[in-house]
Amino acid sequence: MSSVLFFLAAAGVIAGAIGVVVLRDPFYSVLALVAHLVSLAVLFLLLRAEFVAAAQVVVYAGAVMVLYVFVVAYVGSESASLGERLRGPGPVGSGLRLAGAVVGAALLVEISIALLGTGLEAVEGKGAGYSPGPQTFGTPAYIGKLLLTRFLLAFEMASFLLLIAAVGAVVLARRRHGLGDDEERELLTPLDLLRPRETGTMAEGVGRRP
Amino acid sequence: MSIAWYLAVSAIVFALGAVGVMTRRNPLVVLLCLELMLNGGNLALIAFSRMWGNGDGQILALVVMTVAACEVCIGLGMIVALYRRRLPIDVDELRELQG
Repeated sequence: MSSVLFFLAAAGVIAGAIGVVVLRDPFYSVLALVAHLVSLAVLFLLLRAEFVAAAQVVVYAGAVMVLYVFVVAYVGSESASLGERLRGPGPVGSGLRLAGAVVGAALLVEISIALLGTGLEAVEGKGAGYSPGPQTFGTPAYIGKLLLTRFLLAFEMASFLLLIAAVGAVVLARRRHGLGDDEERELLTPLDLLRPRETGTMAEGVGRRP
Repeated sequence: MSIAWYLAVSAIVFALGAVGVMTRRNPLVVLLCLELMLNGGNLALIAFSRMWGNGDGQILALVVMTVAACEVCIGLGMIVALYRRRLPIDVDELRELQG
């Protein structure tokens, strides 16, 4: 049973990865990555990593992919092929693409030799012993205990890194040249008469004086 | 299934991601292929964690997921900034740093 599940999930993982690389429209690439991530979560479950699988589905296939879909919809895919339209499918581009594929194949061979030709005999085994239980390997309780004891520093560093990334994304993607005159705000409620006109709008963020 | 099968899948996913990073020109797809490479690494980490029955690999995989989320956040912010400045969304056209 677990072998069948493994091969189904592995086929999904590899097909999703091929779809991301091959499909022309970035929107379809994002959808292929979602399929890839969900299949990868099945593999994580087979490896008894329950919490990581759940986090993978919730954080990656949920939140991060929604972010991707929004940006693809905002940027649009017609601008994606701008460079290809300017240059056309020249011989240099296809030669470089072929060279990239060859380097990738060489990388695959090298990693396979390193991983599978290793002297570790445990690679051929099914892993360490495992008995189901509320606090065994891979459950949320186990991961939480590790994160708050041995790996507390890594946990705090990760949270700080997320804070820095959030601030950095806001700084990078904000408007730099103010608002146009056509972006006036309408009066929505009677309370709007009481406070300054720009309160709570983009104009306050970019510092335009009313 | 023995651990070696999982490692083979992770190697294939990593190599596919590397091919995508090298061949695709849309920075959005390059970011997606970076995600593929990180996922290949994550799968190997969790397979090794299962091999030794030790949770450290799973913690490292969670940290890698956090770093990937930060990278996506900054990368998409940069793409939105490029789009706002009407620059081409193409990694081959963006060569202003070249001397």
